Amino acid sequence: MENQFPLIQVMDNEGNLVSNEYRNEITKELVLSFYRHLIRTRVFDRKCVSLQRQGRIGTYAPFEGQEASQVGSALALNENDWMFPTYRDHGASMTFGHSLLNILLFWNGRNEGCVPPEGKKILPPSVPIATQIPHAAGAAFAEKKKGTQNAAIVYFGDGATSEGDFHEGLNFASVFHAPVIFFNQNNQYAISVPISRQMKSKTIAQKALAYDIDGVRVDGNDIFAVYFETKKALERARKGEGPTLIEAVTWRYGAHTTADDPTKYRDQEESNKKREQIDPILRLERFMKNEGWFDEGWVNKVKEEVTKEIDQAVLELDNYPNADMDNVFNHVFAEPTWTIEHQSKAYFAWKRGEMA
Amino acid sequence: MTTALKTNTLTLVQAVNDGLKTMLQENESVILLGEDIGKNGGVFRATDGLVDEFGEDRVIDTPLSEAGFTGAAIGMAINGFRPVIEIQFLGFIYPAFEQIMTHATRMRSRTLGHFTVPMVIRAPYGAGVRAPEIHCDSTEALFTHMPGIKVVCPSSPYDAKGLLIAAIEDPDPVLFLEPMRCYRSVREDVPEGKYTVEIGKGKRLYEGDDVTVIAWGAMVPVAMKAVEEAKKKGIQADLIDLRTLYPLDKDLIAESVQKTGRTVIVQEAHMTGGVANDILAVINDTSFLYQKAPVERVTGFDSPVPFFSYEDEYLPSPERVLAAIEKVVKF
Repeated sequence: MENQFPLIQVMDNEGNLVSNEYRNEITKELVLSFYRHLIRTRVFDRKCVSLQRQGRIGTYAPFEGQEASQVGSALALNENDWMFPTYRDHGASMTFGHSLLNILLFWNGRNEGCVPPEGKKILPPSVPIATQIPHAAGAAFAEKKKGTQNAAIVYFGDGATSEGDFHEGLNFASVFHAPVIFFNQNNQYAISVPISRQMKSKTIAQKALAYDIDGVRVDGNDIFAVYFETKKALERARKGEGPTLIEAVTWRYGAHTTADDPTKYRDQEESNKKREQIDPILRLERFMKNEGWFDEGWVNKVKEEVTKEIDQAVLELDNYPNADMDNVFNHVFAEPTWTIEHQSKAYFAWKRGEMA
Repeated sequence: MTTALKTNTLTLVQAVNDGLKTMLQENESVILLGEDIGKNGGVFRATDGLVDEFGEDRVIDTPLSEAGFTGAAIGMAINGFRPVIEIQFLGFIYPAFEQIMTHATRMRSRTLGHFTVPMVIRAPYGAGVRAPEIHCDSTEALFTHMPGIKVVCPSSPYDAKGLLIAAIEDPDPVLFLEPMRCYRSVREDVPEGKYTVEIGKGKRLYEGDDVTVIAWGAMVPVAMKAVEEAKKKGIQADLIDLRTLYPLDKDLIAESVQKTGRTVIVQEAHMTGGVANDILAVINDTSFLYQKAPVERVTGFDSPVPFFSYEDEYLPSPERVLAAIEKVVKF
């Protein structure tokens, strides 16, 4: 199966191109844009971990190490495409145009964090594993029925492929040729369970065979491979050639969430050693250096700019109005039922010091 | 004459661990399945150390597949094992809902007792710990409504171990709900080795004649605070920790509400369709003519459990319970 679904690389760990297929498309402008987004997502992710440690946001799911998978795939989308992320994919959603403030609000336990900016078809992060996969198949099917060229991308991890919803979503999309990209980030651990205990299959891409759809296995830390393969899959989808399952092989350096202690189940020294070899940002830097495109002044400027942008969002978070219970009562239905009306009235009466 | 038992001072989650360990030692057919329960010891450490002691054959990290391992546990249960499965959070049980609703709960009745499903489903539940969304549900009533499964919900370390052992020994499926808010909040002396707390029996925590307060799981400490405050105001409450949600302890409820004639029920879950309504039905059926005031329910709202910034307002608080106590007493 590894032969049938070989790991596609465009650039090796040293930042050398190993395929000339996209040589002409890899312009300096594109590469600098990739680099800016990679830095932006990493700085944001680290900021969130630090905010959690300071008690300024709740439990947080870091994605450090997976930036190339998320940035590369998000940048391959068209403005009008749909995105169905999980709780570890805010690198993708912020790259696709989500508001940093709202992402922070999500992690601060506010429903407001689930609202995308106007016109952005970004769903709230899905918390129950794999449950968003059929939604993406359905949203893509709807686009097809409407006769548009829009597609959908749905993110999920290696563990998600063990859930029924993964298989049901793929089958549905396959039967109805829905223009959807099933974007798997295989970071090789579902909390503590390594992929060897999760499945006997040698690859995740091969699971596409059962549904007779395209399956592609890419080096998820190679932003070129991720970007160009996702773009190709999207083009096929837009042409009515159906869905693609993309397995992006990557690695999370840190914990599953800030509530998790990875030293309980794996050697974190090993994980840190991997950074030198496979880090998606170091790899692109090496490529940029090889090309003579790495300008330290520019890099520092990018870091300053994204830090400023993120600090601004944190400031807005700190100054955000307190949680308003109207949000809890007023959006359960278009029109509140009598039960909710009654409960809401009683609650506010109680807050005013009156018994209902 | 009683024999002095050796005890350890444990938290609720440690008592669960101790109960699992006791039964793994006691009964070869007991087997644990779930996500991250092996090396990681469970996300709350409820199974900490068990894989080292009993091996990967009996403490099994499953694929990420709630319907899959719940269904597999049903198969193992009908074939001689006593599986104890861990659902990481109650909010993640829904993929397994079908397996529980259409198979675990009715295998016995469909086959007139030929096949049975002696399994335990453990699940931490409830809000109040600033957990992410879906990690905070308290949907016990979805399961008390199912014919064919018992639902147990301890609030203390001693009861947790005793009820867990009783659940594992029960011949039918048991949903064992663990209030994560109480996992580490109190310590209590817990006997070593095997003992049971009977399923279907509540416990009176405070004795009083003025009002009955009924709570379970994470709402017990909330109700307790309210009852202590009420005491300062001269109101003496009977506080009942239900411990089992199906079948309800009808006799204890009736005895108490016939004495006091006034009742407050504290339920973390949404109001509509909750266990509080079944308690009301018990009061109606057994003690209607003893009532001196309408029963008050202090519950969550009919909205999905909100994100954690809202949860303190969503959850019943000692203040809300106290106000309800005063309301029924002054009626």
